[in-house]
Amino acid sequence: MSLLTVRNLSKNFGGLKALDNVNLTVEQGSVHAIIGPNGAGKSTLLNCMVGRLEPDTGIVDFAGVSLLGLTPFQINQAGVARVFQTPEIFGDLTVLENVMIPALARRDGPFRLNGWAPIRGEAQIERRARATLADLGLEGQALQIAGTLSRGDKRRLELAMCLVQEPKLLLLDEPTAGMARADTNRTIDLLKTIAGRGLTMVVIEHDMHVVFSLAQRISVMAQGTVIAEDVPEKIKGNPKVQEAYLGGAHA
Amino acid sequence: MIESISPRNDRLLLAGFILAVVLGPIILAPFGAGYPDLLQKFAIFGIFAIGFNILFGLTGYLSFGHAAFLGVGSYAAVWMFKLLTMNVIPAIIFAVIVSGLFSVVIGYISLRRSGIYFSILTLAFAQMSYNLAYSVLTPITNGETGLQITLSDPRILDAAAADRTLPLSNFFGLPMNRTWDVELLGMGLQFNVGYYVCAVALIAGFYIAMRIFRSPFGLMLRAVKSNQNRMLYTGLNTRPYTLAAFVISGMYAGLAGGLMAATDPLAGAERMQWTASGEVVLMTILGGAGTLLGPVLGAGIIKYCEQIFSSFNDQVVAAFFGFLPDWLRDAAVWITSPFVGDGWHLTLGVVFMLVIIFLPGGLMEGVTRLIRWVRGRAGGRQVTVPAE
Ligand SMILES: Nc1ncnc2c1ncn2[C@@H]1O[C@H](COP(=O)(O)OP(=O)(O)O)[C@@H](O)[C@H]1O
Ligand SMILES: [Mg+2]
Repeated sequence: MSLLTVRNLSKNFGGLKALDNVNLTVEQGSVHAIIGPNGAGKSTLLNCMVGRLEPDTGIVDFAGVSLLGLTPFQINQAGVARVFQTPEIFGDLTVLENVMIPALARRDGPFRLNGWAPIRGEAQIERRARATLADLGLEGQALQIAGTLSRGDKRRLELAMCLVQEPKLLLLDEPTAGMARADTNRTIDLLKTIAGRGLTMVVIEHDMHVVFSLAQRISVMAQGTVIAEDVPEKIKGNPKVQEAYLGGAHA
Repeated sequence: MIESISPRNDRLLLAGFILAVVLGPIILAPFGAGYPDLLQKFAIFGIFAIGFNILFGLTGYLSFGHAAFLGVGSYAAVWMFKLLTMNVIPAIIFAVIVSGLFSVVIGYISLRRSGIYFSILTLAFAQMSYNLAYSVLTPITNGETGLQITLSDPRILDAAAADRTLPLSNFFGLPMNRTWDVELLGMGLQFNVGYYVCAVALIAGFYIAMRIFRSPFGLMLRAVKSNQNRMLYTGLNTRPYTLAAFVISGMYAGLAGGLMAATDPLAGAERMQWTASGEVVLMTILGGAGTLLGPVLGAGIIKYCEQIFSSFNDQVVAAFFGFLPDWLRDAAVWITSPFVGDGWHLTLGVVFMLVIIFLPGGLMEGVTRLIRWVRGRAGGRQVTVPAE
């Protein structure tokens, strides 16, 4: 069964066709990778799914409902969580607070005026937040100010913030960008563990080697279009894919 | 921070605050600040700043128009005195309600923008209110004369006074200006009804702010300041959070304005001027934005300096330096005199600059550093209070 369906999605920036008739089907419980050289339109596609950009034409259906026209917070409340290319966290707050906020958002919805109840009384929320932090190996930094974390830890924190919401779909934009090899492998292992629990994921990546062991299906994008979509083993040998990569800026 | 989040520390902080406020007339008497007029100002501007801090300190939205809500609160309270009764309670409640409604409208519009544009919008609205109060709204505000109570007001709940004198604002019959003078250790202490009405409001305001700071709602407000983008992609609608903070702080301003009218039943448009809006910004930043005690401290210090330094003149300064040889005394007076009297703003400016340069977190940062230092010297007890 497909959880996310994108049909004939197009988006122009001035004269530039950032997305040109893109189709994508993400199966429930699978990891779907979108790869392609820089500037291929991967982030634009993701932004059209989460309400950050409005596509010119096309359909985005999630679990049977259209996401088009919804605001980012409505899309999140529908069960879509997102990790950014550069980590977006609450830099002035503690790591624990960073994870409690999404947990509260999941329980209380987009707005709740509970200014009288003490945050200390939210034992259940705090337990869940701490459990998620422990899951990602951040339990030791729970009371640290998030802005002071290392780059890699910030990424893991952002992932924790998404996971604590138990989303139906997790979108990751280059989760290993700027990471050293060892860190990249660690992150991929972590994502595999999460995928093993049945969470549906869309992972964007420009380095195709990173996602081969992770994804069940791979879509390859170049210049705003999907040039190939298949299982990883077949993508590797696809001549169009090799051309796109070798012909582009990336070797 | 001194305001660590353990419930025990919060209870201590609250108890200390209540004690300090209740004993205000005694504590401040040695500093020449124990008289009702100034004590009332401390409490009223403390409330104003506490409320302002809920918006600015937590969400980071810097309003330059909060004096408008103060002014609206004052007008609302005086109208209550004119129409209903001289009892201050209905007047104060009405002031909070009217300024709350007013801030819903202004907040709804201004919060469509953030950063400097938000600040400019609030400033524009406040200046508009100020000008309207002098022009088309004169039937409500009585223009330049200001809104006052008169003998011909209906005051439907009060029995008609037998004599033809203006009635006094009162707390269930107890006049607000009633003062008991007590002699203690050679000090003249003044216990004033008006001050204690303001003090109760200040304590309530402080307690409510403390609850908000420690609540999930307060956490969301701090999240607004930290990263609105992340909030949106976390399923949170930032707009109602900022509006709620704006309205709450507007109601605090209305309460302060209502209390101003309660202690002195008249209201004028000058209370809405941009300088008054700027003053509460200074108070909050001077004391420490985002801290619980900071705004009260800032309000107290600014009002104290205003009262004390502005009352100094050259004679007082000369007397102060009287122990010096004549030529040195004249030089000292020459240097000091621009900073006192009407020039007290110069003192305020210098103090403000020094604090912002050396203690960007305001005076509360200084207090926190001092406590750390003392504890560090007292011997190794590790201080692990998360910063607020
Ligand atoms: N907001 C925007 N305005 C104008 N052009 C944009 C915008 N966002 C992306 N683009 C352009 O669209 C193309 C696709 O960008 P993007 O989706 O970020 O690529 P990728 O994520 O695959 O590297 C690029 O040429 C980029 O310059
Ligand atoms: Mg990108």
